[in-house]
Amino acid sequence: MTEAIRNILKEHGRLSVDISTLTDAADLYQAGMTSHASVNVMLALEANFEIEFPDKFLRRSVFSSVSAISEAVDEIRAAR
Amino acid sequence: MSDISAQDFHDALVAHKLILPVGVPGAFGRGPVFEDVLRRFGDLVTEAAKDDGAEQMLFPPIIDRRVFEKSDYLESFPQLAGTIFSFVGNDAQHREMMNCVHEGKPWSQFQSMTEVVLAPASCYPVYPQFTGTLPEKGRLVDVQNWVFRHEPSPEPTRMQSFRIREMVRGGRPEQVADWRDQWLERGLTLLRRLGLPVEPVTASDPFFGRGGRMLAANQRMQKLKFEVVVPVLSKEKPTAICSFNYHQDHFGLLFDIKTQDGQVAHTACLGFGLERVTMALFRTHGYVPAEWPAEVRKVLWP
Ligand SMILES: [Zn+2]
Repeated sequence: MTEAIRNILKEHGRLSVDISTLTDAADLYQAGMTSHASVNVMLALEANFEIEFPDKFLRRSVFSSVSAISEAVDEIRAAR
Repeated sequence: MSDISAQDFHDALVAHKLILPVGVPGAFGRGPVFEDVLRRFGDLVTEAAKDDGAEQMLFPPIIDRRVFEKSDYLESFPQLAGTIFSFVGNDAQHREMMNCVHEGKPWSQFQSMTEVVLAPASCYPVYPQFTGTLPEKGRLVDVQNWVFRHEPSPEPTRMQSFRIREMVRGGRPEQVADWRDQWLERGLTLLRRLGLPVEPVTASDPFFGRGGRMLAANQRMQKLKFEVVVPVLSKEKPTAICSFNYHQDHFGLLFDIKTQDGQVAHTACLGFGLERVTMALFRTHGYVPAEWPAEVRKVLWP
């Protein structure tokens, strides 16, 4: 799954560095992702994983790293 | 002060000839007494800022559509934006359009998008002026403009077109944050001298849609927006009359603004909603300025 997340970040994250140089724990906001870009990442994740982020997940910290995103996606899928 | 309905407040402002209804909600005219108070409040802002050395700028109430598109405004507030369209057709198309107009049919198909949009805030034309490297102490601009928001409402403080007096700061992060904190204190002092029971609150913008909920949560969590609020219609839901926005590096990145050390500059702006401040004064002290408390009159009519 992290590969899919990384591809989405590459396309929508507007990162100032190459995603392949970042670890799963690296802070994506530090890597240049803006608030607007994080919204596009959120929408792309929803389309890709066929999920919908509930309101309580629409927070900055949920999209702060590859591993944080992957945990959130797991949690939403498990709740179905 | 007890609560008042939007309609009663509107009717009271009209009865005292402070505002002049024109048919469309949120587009009323302003009478001379209203304008006198509004101008005098503006003078107090000028007085409070006189030692800051701000550059004065004045722009028309329209902005370059390319600047607007670049600014992310449409991404955040598509529901509030006003885009200007105009007729660019030939004689035959003109006749067709006029037939539609006279028959009360839609005629927007004869209109094309122009190079300009209505200014959504006073500060938007300022950021492109900052492009390049800022001086060591950063830059500070004092700007006022008519702005457009598409939110027709019978509530007098929610207007489609109104004036915002803004101060816009660009510089290093700590310069910008310090300036904002200093002005927050200054703004509260100024409004309290006018007898307005104002309070600062952490706020968020009315971002559109689901993505917008995330943007609003981010903005609140990072404390990027403060508003100064005062009861106008109700104590429960006070009205924002002044707002402080810290954009971090948003405009610095978009418009290539750098500090002396080569870093992306930060920006912030503060804006007084001039009509809202004026309405808050009428609501708080009464609809006849001659009857306002002496200490308030002394400040406005020195
Ligand atoms: Zn502004």
